[in-house]
Amino acid sequence: MLSRTADNLFWLARYMERAETTARLLEVGSRIALIPSAAGYRNEWDSLLRATGTAGGFASKYKEPIQKNIESYLFFDHDNASSVATCITRARENGRIVRTALTSQVWDALNTAFQELRVMEKAKRGSLELSRLTEWTMRHAAMVRGAIEATLLRDAGYDFLNLGYHLERADSTARLMDVKYYVLLPRADFVGSGLDNYQWTTLLRAMSAHRAFHWAYGGEVTAAKIAHFLILNPQCPRALITCVQGLNTHLDRLTKSYRRTSTAQAQARVALAGLAETRVEEIFEEGLHEFLTRFITDMAGVGLAVHETYLSGDAR
Amino acid sequence: MLGRKGRNAVTAFFNEMFQGTDVRSPYAALGDWMQAMPAELRSLKQAEAEALFRRIGITFAVYGEGGDPDRLIPFDMFPRVFTAAEWARLERGIKQRAKALNAFLVDVYGRGEIVRAGRIPANLVYQNAAYEKAVVGIKPPKGVYSHIVGIDLVRTGPDDFFVLEDNCRTPSGVSYMLENREIMMRMFPDLFRANRIEPVDGYPELLRRTLASVAPAKCNGEPTVVILTPGHFNSAYYEHSFLADLMGVELVEGQDLFVEGEFVFMRTTEGPRRVDVIYRRIDDAFIDPLCFRPDSMLGIPGLMDVYRSGGVSICSAPGAGVADDKAVYTFVPEMIRFYLGEEPILKNVPTWQCGKPDDCKHVLDQLHELVVKEVHGSGGYGMLVGPKSTKAEIEAFRARIIADPGNYIAQPTLALSTTPTFVAEGVAPRHVDLRPYCLVGERIELVPGGLTRVALKEGSLVVNSSQGGGVKDTWVLAE
Repeated sequence: MLSRTADNLFWLARYMERAETTARLLEVGSRIALIPSAAGYRNEWDSLLRATGTAGGFASKYKEPIQKNIESYLFFDHDNASSVATCITRARENGRIVRTALTSQVWDALNTAFQELRVMEKAKRGSLELSRLTEWTMRHAAMVRGAIEATLLRDAGYDFLNLGYHLERADSTARLMDVKYYVLLPRADFVGSGLDNYQWTTLLRAMSAHRAFHWAYGGEVTAAKIAHFLILNPQCPRALITCVQGLNTHLDRLTKSYRRTSTAQAQARVALAGLAETRVEEIFEEGLHEFLTRFITDMAGVGLAVHETYLSGDAR
Repeated sequence: MLGRKGRNAVTAFFNEMFQGTDVRSPYAALGDWMQAMPAELRSLKQAEAEALFRRIGITFAVYGEGGDPDRLIPFDMFPRVFTAAEWARLERGIKQRAKALNAFLVDVYGRGEIVRAGRIPANLVYQNAAYEKAVVGIKPPKGVYSHIVGIDLVRTGPDDFFVLEDNCRTPSGVSYMLENREIMMRMFPDLFRANRIEPVDGYPELLRRTLASVAPAKCNGEPTVVILTPGHFNSAYYEHSFLADLMGVELVEGQDLFVEGEFVFMRTTEGPRRVDVIYRRIDDAFIDPLCFRPDSMLGIPGLMDVYRSGGVSICSAPGAGVADDKAVYTFVPEMIRFYLGEEPILKNVPTWQCGKPDDCKHVLDQLHELVVKEVHGSGGYGMLVGPKSTKAEIEAFRARIIADPGNYIAQPTLALSTTPTFVAEGVAPRHVDLRPYCLVGERIELVPGGLTRVALKEGSLVVNSSQGGGVKDTWVLAE
C-alpha cells in the first residue's frame, strides 16, 4: 500500500474521532457550566479550551468565553483545527483522496456527514441547540465507524484506520480527564466532596459511559473508581488500556503481514505492559495530571514511530 | 412528441434518428421506448440517474468558473446509436489515424523523413512549442509515443464523418463512457435485452494490457503499472482514481515516487517498490523539475534520466504533444499517405492557418461564417463560433487574430448531426460529437463505443462540458 494512502486513512480516522471528542467536550462544558462552582463560570470554559489545546486561538479571535462564542469556535470555526466542522471536512477530503481504498458505504457515510454539515453551516448561529449539534456529530461518527466495521476489507488499510482511531481516542480520553484535573483539583480537600462527584458523573455522561460505569461498579461514585474505569478497565471502550490494547492488536497484525518488526510496536507493548501493572492508588500518588501528561507524551511517541515506519514513505 | 422545431431542424442538419418522419434503422427500438416514457417517469428516471452519479462520485470541476467543485456533468438518457457497419468503418479510420500519428512521432524525434521529403514544413515541427528537444533520439518501447489517442469526430451526413482534432497526450472523459453505460444498464435493463449492444466494460483491462505491453527494456517479470495524477484538486481526479481502481493499479502523486540509481520507486508501507510503467495524467512540463519546469512541485526529479536509459516507460511519452497540435493537424492525411501508403478513411475538416497571409486574409473576410480556434487551446475556451456571435464579439476576436495570427486556425462551421435528446418540453434534436479512445501498445485496440457529448442548449454547436454540454451513452449494435 502507498504510504500516502496509509497516511490518508490514518488521518481520516483521527479526524472523525477528533470531531467526536470536540463534540463531547462541548457537552461536558455546557453541563459543568450549569452548576455553580468555586472558581466561577468563566474558568469552566477556559479549562475546556485548555484541554483541547486551543485556548490561544480562541482568545485572539473571540473576546468573551461565553457559550455562543465557544460553540462557534468548537463546532463551526474553520480556523480552529479541532473544530467539528474542520475535522469532518478534512476526514471527508482524506476519504476522497483514497476513494478506491474505501467501500462505497464508508464513502457514503463520510459524504453524507459533509453534505449535512454544509447545510448546518448556513443556519443562523445559536438557532441549533447545542445538544443537537453534539448528538449529530456522534451519530455521524458512529455511522462512519459502523460502515468501516461492516464493509471494509481487513487489509493493511483497515489496520491504519484503526491505528488512527485508537491513538486519537487514547489521546482524547486522557485530555477529557485532564479537564477534570483543571476543573476539580484547586485544593486537595475538595476531592470526594458532593460537588466533585457530580462533576465526575458529568464527565462519564459525556463519554456516554455513566450507565456502563454503574453496571460495572455500583454503589458510591468515587474518584478512584472512575479513574480505574477510564484508565485501567479493559471493559470500557474508551479506557486508556483498551485503546492501547487496540494499538497493539493492529501493530501486531501489520508486523505479521509485513514480516518485519517496528519501533511503534515495541513502544506500544511497553505502554500496555505499564498500564497492566498499574494500580489506581499509584496514579493518584503520582498525581492524575502528571500521569495523564506522561501518557499523552507516550502516545505522541507511538504516533511518531507509526509515521516514521509506515506513513512517511522514508522507510527502507 | 417531437416538436415542430425538431422536424424543421431535420432539413438543415443530419438527424441520426429521423429521416423526415421515418426512423433510421439503428434507432428502431428507441422510438417505442421514447413513446412509452411519460413525463413523470422520465423525471423520476432522471433523478435516479443523478443520484447514482452523485453516489458514485462522478463530478466535474470546471476550470475558472468557481462555484460548486462537486458539480455533476449533465447526463442525457437518450442513447446515441451506431450500426455495426457504421462502426466498422469508423474503427478502421481511427486505428489508421492512431497508427500514422505514432509513426509521425517516432519519425520527427528520429530522422525526420517526412520533413526531409518536404511533406510538412520544418518550422511547424521543430519550432513547435510542443516539440520536446529533450527526447530527440529516443525510441520508446514498441515505437509508441501516444498510447491513448482520443480522436474527436463529428458527423454531417449518413456517411460523412470529420475529425475535428486529435488528442495524443492525455485525453480525458473515458470514465464517463464507462459510467454512462453502467447507469443505463441499471436503469433500463429491458433496452439491453431487446437490443444487441456491444459491451464497453473491457476498456480498463485493455488499457492495463496496453500499458503493460510497453514495459521498458530493463523490466523483467510482470511490470508494475501506476497512474500519476496531479492530485485531488485536479478536475479529472475522479477519472484518475476510477481507472486506477478498475485496473487494480496504484494511483500515485509525484511525491510518492522517487528516483534511485537507474530506477523509479514508489513509497509504500513496506518500503520502496519499483515502478515500470507510468500512465501520467500530468503535462510534460511538470513531470521532471530537473529536465523541464524547475518550479514544478508535481514531478519526480531525475525521472527523465531513468526514462532515457530504459528504466521506466512514460505513457504518453514526453513529446507526444507535437502530433496533436492544431496546426500539425492539417497534415495528418499527409502522414497517413506518407507512412502507411493508404488513403485516409476519415476526412479532416478544411483548415485555414492564420499564420499564412493568404489564409489569414480569407479568414478575416469570412469571420462571421467560420469557427476560429487557438492553436494550443482546448476545452472550448478561446474560440469563436462566427454564426453564433455578435458583431462586437467578432470584432474583438478580429483584433486578437491580427495581433497574433500564428496562434489561430479557422474552419468552416460544420452542420453537426443531431440526435434526439430529452429536454424540458419532451424530446428534441441536439448537436453531438464523438470521442472514441484508441489504445496503442503491442496492438492497436478500440472498444466499440466512446463518449458522445451533446450541446444541451438549443441551436448550440459547442459540446464542451465547460460550456454547458452534457454526455450520452453511445451504442454500437452487434451484427
